[in-house]
Amino acid sequence: MSRLVRFLHPPDDTQHWKGRYQPYDLVKEACIAIGVVALLALVLTVLFSSPDDKPSTIAQWSRELPVDFVTAATSELDGTSATAEYGPPYNHNGKGQHAAFLYPQKWLGVSHPINTANDFVIDPLKTVPENAALQSAVAEYQAAPEKTQKGWGEAYAKPLEEYAKATEEKKTPPSTVTPDSSTGAVTVQASGAGPVPTMMNGLLSLAQSGGLDGSLLTSKQFFQTDYTKPLLFMADGGLLSERAEGQHLLGDQWGMMNETGSYPGQAWLWLYTVWYQVEPFKASENADILVMLVMGVLSLAFICVPFIPIINRIPRWIPIYKLIWREHYRSSAAPPQTPA
Amino acid sequence: MLAAVFNLNHPAHTVDWSFIHLSVANVVVIALMLVVFVLAILLPFPGVERRRGGSS
Amino acid sequence: MSATPTRSSSWTVRVREAGVAALPPEKLLPDGQPTYVASWIYVFGVASIASLVVIVTSGSILALKGPAWWHYTGVGHFFNSIHMWAVELFFFVMVVHLWGKYWMAAWRGGRAKVWITGAVTFLVAVPTALTGYVSQQNFDAQWISTQAKDGLNSVGVGAFFNVTNFGQMYSYHVLLLPLAVVGLVAAHVLLVRNHGVVPPFKLDERPSLAPIAKDTDGPAVPTGAQS
Repeated sequence: MSRLVRFLHPPDDTQHWKGRYQPYDLVKEACIAIGVVALLALVLTVLFSSPDDKPSTIAQWSRELPVDFVTAATSELDGTSATAEYGPPYNHNGKGQHAAFLYPQKWLGVSHPINTANDFVIDPLKTVPENAALQSAVAEYQAAPEKTQKGWGEAYAKPLEEYAKATEEKKTPPSTVTPDSSTGAVTVQASGAGPVPTMMNGLLSLAQSGGLDGSLLTSKQFFQTDYTKPLLFMADGGLLSERAEGQHLLGDQWGMMNETGSYPGQAWLWLYTVWYQVEPFKASENADILVMLVMGVLSLAFICVPFIPIINRIPRWIPIYKLIWREHYRSSAAPPQTPA
Repeated sequence: MLAAVFNLNHPAHTVDWSFIHLSVANVVVIALMLVVFVLAILLPFPGVERRRGGSS
Repeated sequence: MSATPTRSSSWTVRVREAGVAALPPEKLLPDGQPTYVASWIYVFGVASIASLVVIVTSGSILALKGPAWWHYTGVGHFFNSIHMWAVELFFFVMVVHLWGKYWMAAWRGGRAKVWITGAVTFLVAVPTALTGYVSQQNFDAQWISTQAKDGLNSVGVGAFFNVTNFGQMYSYHVLLLPLAVVGLVAAHVLLVRNHGVVPPFKLDERPSLAPIAKDTDGPAVPTGAQS
């Protein structure tokens, strides 16, 4: 056998055990183990319980952060939100991520179509009863050419973007955007915004009354278990990430490993999240697919450890086994047996 | 609703070192795993004396 | 009982005979183990199974009352806590078991399939836990689902596995993935019973150049009586 083949595929001299056996009660051991683990789980439950932070709703979001809500809603209407520009599986408005020539996000296509302008704004507004001014604004918007719609949206979004930037930089926000803490309304001074201000005020009222949560959920049918639309809409705003930051759940806080509160989380995701903290993944637009590919390769390698040169020899070279089997080696230390 | 003995429903303390940011709870879990692994290898297993006494 | 010495045409007989040949009763449930099975590291495999039993039991109780129950009753929250801590214990003991098996090079002697089924079990347990986290119907579920969707969408998996679709995720979590995990664990354990627990490394420095002695026949019938 050549040295290279021996290096890549070392001979395995493991043989059948022809030595002594001892009594070993597997069933009793299993029962004891179940009892011990159940007791441990019970003790941990009594000591620490488990977390259950209440979910956010669109109603809460629109009441606590009305300007953020209106900013997100405007971006959904004019197609500039993260969901609107996401690409597959929601729409064709983005390429999605890729790694070299691999475009799996694009190849698997749009399986959960979402048109943010219609699904998050226009269709819910159409369900608002007895508001002629609002319905007239929606009709005016829908009848206008795309270029006009875009112009209106941009005019309305501009002061909101300035407000968001000032808030982020902890500067005094511009007076063109004024939230009213008593009524929950938001006044945006924007000329050339057409019917968009009326539509956004209408959507804000609908959201604050709780109607938008229900409207987004039951839009397709009565019985619904798919929360994609309300979740994506909320994720386009700042409320979820604000709560997440407080709980150390953001990506750059290694949040993937964490649980809300001070509970232990998912320590087993350490290798998955570590890549997002280092270059070239950290700043890449394609970070997700790159990390998934790396983890895919490493997972395959994990499965194939028995066949990987060097990796499969390390246990022999670093003899932790001598500690594990020290009693066996001691009791076999008298006359060595010649192998058959 | 029964309350837990220790309330863990407050934002976690973190262990920060260079780019590593881990919650104290996760650090405890990982450290415990290493300690338990070492102990599992080093602690004597019951019945060892009986096995040592017999002949192959 | 097969009446003729030639290979039976009965599928039932063939399946039974193959099963009994691979795992006769005294190999399936031996009452003895080789004397080298004498370290605390060996209990982490059965501890992993024990944790899985507690997870499935507590999960079944949660499933009996539906996914909203634990949010509004103390008893429900209690069983949710048992379920959560059992999951933490499961990954804890499973990884310690994995570390032990790596340092024992437990794939030796034709036991590669044992390692492979174990590794795949771990890799399937991760999405099993993920589907649980996104089925909690609380803030944690909202955050995890809106974040995890990006990784899954980037590789196209999001096109048919939608973490923001509660109904789908709950179905995967309660039925499909636990079946996969239990099936893999069963295969893993039966392979260990078939091959026997891996013997220690020989202390000779140079491994023998004799042909690879595959341990596929498994150990001789192990009984506790041989002591």
